[in-house]
Formats: sequence, structure tokens, C-alpha cells
Amino acid sequence: MIAAARTILARDLRVVLRRPGDAATALLFFVIVASLFPLGIGAEPNLLRTVAPGVIWVAALLASMLSLARLFAADHADGTLEQMLLGVAPLGVIAAAKVLAHWLVSGLPLVAIAPLIALQYDLAPELYGTLALSLLLGTPVLGFIGAIGAALTLGLRGAGVLLALLVLPLYVPVLIIGAGSVEMAAAGLAPDGQLLLLAALLVVSAAFAPWAIATALRISTE
Amino acid sequence: MSTAIRWFWYASPQTFFPLAGRIAAACWVGAALLAAAGLYVGFFVAPTDAQQGEVYRVIFIHVPAAWMSMFLYLVMACWAAIGLAFNTRLSSMMASAIAPTGALFTFLALWTGALWGRPTWGTYWVWDARLTSELILLFLYLGFMALQAAIEDPRRADRAGAVLAIVGAVNVPIIYYSVQWWNTLHQGASVSLTRAPSMASSMLTGMLLMALAFWLYSIAASLTRVRCIIRERE
Repeated sequence: MIAAARTILARDLRVVLRRPGDAATALLFFVIVASLFPLGIGAEPNLLRTVAPGVIWVAALLASMLSLARLFAADHADGTLEQMLLGVAPLGVIAAAKVLAHWLVSGLPLVAIAPLIALQYDLAPELYGTLALSLLLGTPVLGFIGAIGAALTLGLRGAGVLLALLVLPLYVPVLIIGAGSVEMAAAGLAPDGQLLLLAALLVVSAAFAPWAIATALRISTE
Repeated sequence: MSTAIRWFWYASPQTFFPLAGRIAAACWVGAALLAAAGLYVGFFVAPTDAQQGEVYRVIFIHVPAAWMSMFLYLVMACWAAIGLAFNTRLSSMMASAIAPTGALFTFLALWTGALWGRPTWGTYWVWDARLTSELILLFLYLGFMALQAAIEDPRRADRAGAVLAIVGAVNVPIIYYSVQWWNTLHQGASVSLTRAPSMASSMLTGMLLMALAFWLYSIAASLTRVRCIIRERE
């Protein structure tokens, strides 16, 4: 079981490393969306400082959703997914490994680059830690929830837009708690409670989402 | 023993079809009568509100619609879960039949709420916790319907919708509490939907009559719709 997970993880990472452009696109999208907001709402520093946590989180939400459609599409197209379904390794474990691999190449770079965006928004340096930590805890949750949607919409016409419609309402708690933790820290309060809530969401989604993803994959491929 | 057989007897779409027709007809009549009674009590019997005047009368539509919108999502998720677990076609059909009615009531609750909010709060929309979670509930309904509409194979549509409905049902309480927490953090309880503590009994009667009417309407509309689905598929 562990061996299967490790194999899938290594394979998915290798596939991405062979074509790094795919992962870079989502990251670039994140940076561009975050840079568009000041152009739209004005460059007043106080305003930017206020909206920064929310804007960065919304951009992260959109960026992680954008790359979701690719999560199972290639494996579905070349028949690998069917072999995974037929194999002895539990499908939930495979799904969890795929989500983890996807997060390592799309979520983790997002966490790393977020302080740079925060710099653009003139966020206080002592908030960078909270921002990065909230994204570190929150983006895997987005991956787990999003993967359910990706599995459900596998192979459908207009899957991308449909995926957004299905997944974005379910992202709401992560957005609220994640952006809330940074705002809490900005107000001079301890963000521990929000970060713990995010960690709780991560534990719950990591425990239950692989099961839902596996069910959805079976439904989509039969 | 005989009751058990009868239950499964009606689990088949073919045998359920005529029964659904009879129940739906009775519920349409019941809904019309109760709605007439409820509206009469609401508009002519219930006293004018001391603080809000006549405008509060939208409560007779608004509150029952909001109740139904949340309740129907749970009912829909239950039917979808039964359909997924036991592979019963009729349960999944019920789930798809309930979704548009639930979405309708959610929209109605938001719409009447906006019309109520304008004269009393001075605005059509505030980012109040209840309004926001109702809006997200509408998105969940629309997502469920869009997913089912996008899948051509009805069995796959049923089961994919079921997974989504279950995930949504698990998420609804989390969304509700996170939105509530977000709201209280930002603006406190500046706008609250809590009504005056003591409600005139005729107001309560009108509201309960309307709630019952909406119940019967939901049953009637869902059964009528499930008959269409059965006719389409079988």
C-alpha cells in the first residue's frame, strides 16, 4: 500500500518535472491575478494592506482550481487510470498520493511565492509567517476537495467551468478561515485558533476525501 | 412481513408511477387550500407589526421558503445517498426531482429577503451570515443540477450527483459556521434577523399554514417531476 503510494507519487512528480511548464502556468496565473487587483482598485497603500490577505487567498483559490482539471485527465486519456482501478492497491491511497503530488508541484510553490505578493501589497513583514503557514495548511485542503470535483467531471464537455461551479462553493470555509487568520494577526491578535481550525479541516479532508475521490473515479470511468 | 413487501413493491418506478400521481394530486389540492388559508390569515387576520408596519407580511413567504430550502437539501442528499448505497433507481430520480424545487425555494428566500431588507434595513443585500450561507446553498443546488445536466448517461449522472450532494451535505454545517464566524469577526451583530420576542399567535398560525403549504407543494412538485423523469427514462 505504502509502496503503491510512493510509486504514484514518484511517477507523478517525474511526469511534471519532464514538463515543468504546466506547473509554472498555474503559478504565473496566481501572480498575475494578484497583480491585477491593485490596477483595479487603486494603489492606495492602506487599502492594499487591508485587502491583501483576502486577495492573496482568492488568487490562491483560483490558481489551485485552474490546475485541477489536469489532475486525472492525462491518466484517463491514456488508460493508466483504468489500470489503477483494476490494480490491487486501494484506489483511495492512489488518489491521496496523486493529490499529494499535485499539491507538491502546484500548492507548495504558491506558499513559497506568497510572501513576494505580500511584499507588493506592503503587508507587514511579521505577517508573512502567518500567511505562509495558513496557505501551507489550507492549499492541501483545496487540493483534496477539488480532486473530488475533478474526478466527478472527468471526461465531460466543458469540465473546466463545471468544475469551478462545483468546487468554489465548497472552498468557502477554507477561504474564510485562511484569510481570517492573517487578518487576525494583522489586528494584533493571535491567529492560533484559525490556524488550528485549518489544520482540523486538513485532517478531516485528508481522512475522508480520498474515499470520495475513489468513489467518484469509479463512477466516472465505468 | 406484508408491509416489507409493499415497501419494496413501490421501490420500482413502474409501480410507483401511478401512486406518485395520486399522492401528487392530493398534495396539489392540499397545498392550494393551505396556501389560500395561510395567505388569508397573513394578509387579513394577522395584526400590523408595531415596528415594521405592513412590510413584515413578507415573512409568510420568506421564512417558510428559507426553512424548505435548507430542509430540501438534506432530503435530496438522503435520497441521493440511498440511491448510491442500494443502487435503487427511484431514489436517485427523487433526488434529481427535488433539486429544482429546493433551488426555487432558496431563490425565493433570497428574493423576498431582499425585498424585505430594502424598507427595513435600507438595503437589498448585506453580507449577513444567514444571507451568505443561503446564497452558497443556492450555488450548491445549481452545481448539483449543472453536474447532472452535463452527464448524458443517466446512471452516471445519478451517482456523480449523489457524491456531490453528500460532500455538499457534509460541508453545509461547516460553511454555515465559518460564515457566521466571519460575519461576527467583521461587523458584529449590527443586523440580526431575530424577530420581536413575542409573536402574535395569528402571525405564527399564518406562518405555519404557509410552511405546511410549501411542504405539500414540494412533495407535489417533486412527485410530478419524478413522474416526468420516469416517463423519460423507462
